[in-house]
Amino acid sequence: MINNMISEANHLSGQEIGLCYHCHKCAAGCPVVGAMEYGPDRLLRMVALDQRDAVLRSRDIWLCAGCYTCATRCPNDIDISAVMDALRQLAVTEGYPAGERDALLFHKLFLGVVQRLGRSHEAAMLGLFKILSRVPIYRDIDSGVALIRRGKVPILPEKSGAAPEVQQIFRRSK
Amino acid sequence: MSYSFYPGCSAHSTGLEYGLSTLATFQHLGLELEELDKWNCCGASSAHALGRHILSLALPARNLAIAQETGRDLVTACAACFSRLKSADHTLRNDPEARDEVESVVGFNYTGEVTVRPVLAVLYEDCGLEKITAHVRRPLTGLKVVTYYGCLLVRPPEITQFDDPDDPQVMTELLRAVGAEVKPWSYATDCCGAGLSLSRSDIVYSLVDRLTERAWEAGADAMATACPLCQLNLEMRQSSKSKMPVFFFTELLGLAFGLPEVKNWWTKHLIDPRPLLHSVGLAK
Repeated sequence: MINNMISEANHLSGQEIGLCYHCHKCAAGCPVVGAMEYGPDRLLRMVALDQRDAVLRSRDIWLCAGCYTCATRCPNDIDISAVMDALRQLAVTEGYPAGERDALLFHKLFLGVVQRLGRSHEAAMLGLFKILSRVPIYRDIDSGVALIRRGKVPILPEKSGAAPEVQQIFRRSK
Repeated sequence: MSYSFYPGCSAHSTGLEYGLSTLATFQHLGLELEELDKWNCCGASSAHALGRHILSLALPARNLAIAQETGRDLVTACAACFSRLKSADHTLRNDPEARDEVESVVGFNYTGEVTVRPVLAVLYEDCGLEKITAHVRRPLTGLKVVTYYGCLLVRPPEITQFDDPDDPQVMTELLRAVGAEVKPWSYATDCCGAGLSLSRSDIVYSLVDRLTERAWEAGADAMATACPLCQLNLEMRQSSKSKMPVFFFTELLGLAFGLPEVKNWWTKHLIDPRPLLHSVGLAK
């Protein structure tokens, strides 16, 4: 049985977190480290030290921009982006409140729209995000209007013909 | 030459002018792009960001399955779609366990015969600089740009297998071939934070401002990119008073080829590029 955080995170991400020797290249290259509590290399250490609660509650795992800079630069070839994916998965399945509530909301709304329509539909997604997020409702209204006026956010979704098969893929993928 | 084309959701919406300019330049160069029938969203960053591993592979794999039937390379305009399609292809190729599961979820047999390629690679490798230069009717002389790749076209390099992850050159060479003055700078692959643009615009404004400041410093008057998510984010999240237009590189090729449709692309931008183009004699 998997009984500690590092083996669980290794298993889910396919990585070997124990190889980290804390050279800080990941933290040095991370575009959002300035907004993080710990930064990527300390998070890896916290996983190794079984600090489950602090890791899964942290905003850092939700601030990760998924840019793969850390994964590309790691001298030990740890795909830290994949570790972040695994940590978000753990946080969600274990019911931790997301450290960045609106980042989680965005991903959920996006996938929800894709599940129903087979493709993204910005008007639906952005509308729901405006209503449900904590971002002030007036923010970005000017950009939204500009995009609609340029015909870049169609009000009605495209009929792709892909929806039934995509729904089946969602049902079959656990 | 002909290719299957995966536009991705952006090319039909917020990146409309990217889709249009890609189709127009390919047609002008005699390269055929046939849109993949009934394609679906690749799941972008959200499927894997929530750790939904099989879903994050199965969504792009369904498009690979459709492309397999055509027997042609699969070309995509969007950097994020390229990343997901290429990443799924890499896993299906190298991880038999995941392949079995994805094959049964999607209902197909993976043959590995489809090569997933970004628009940049096709123009550079298959068409070539010489042919592109030969099509120039209106050299972009005086237009000073920096090229911006963002993250997902070049990272992680073992997946993308395209250009140099730290100092990519393909877009620079293409734009120099049509007469643009491409300025050297060190930020071509720094992240613009597009994925956080809605939820944490405060962080994203500072990332984008830093990029545009460095671009001005390098002597550029505009950026050229090959990612629709970057382009929207870079035009939407500049906080300074003087705004820097951000072109899709395909728009600049179309301009240099003298395509009449360019005027329909400029009006799609959040930052109107026409004053800049006018100042260098490239627009009326």
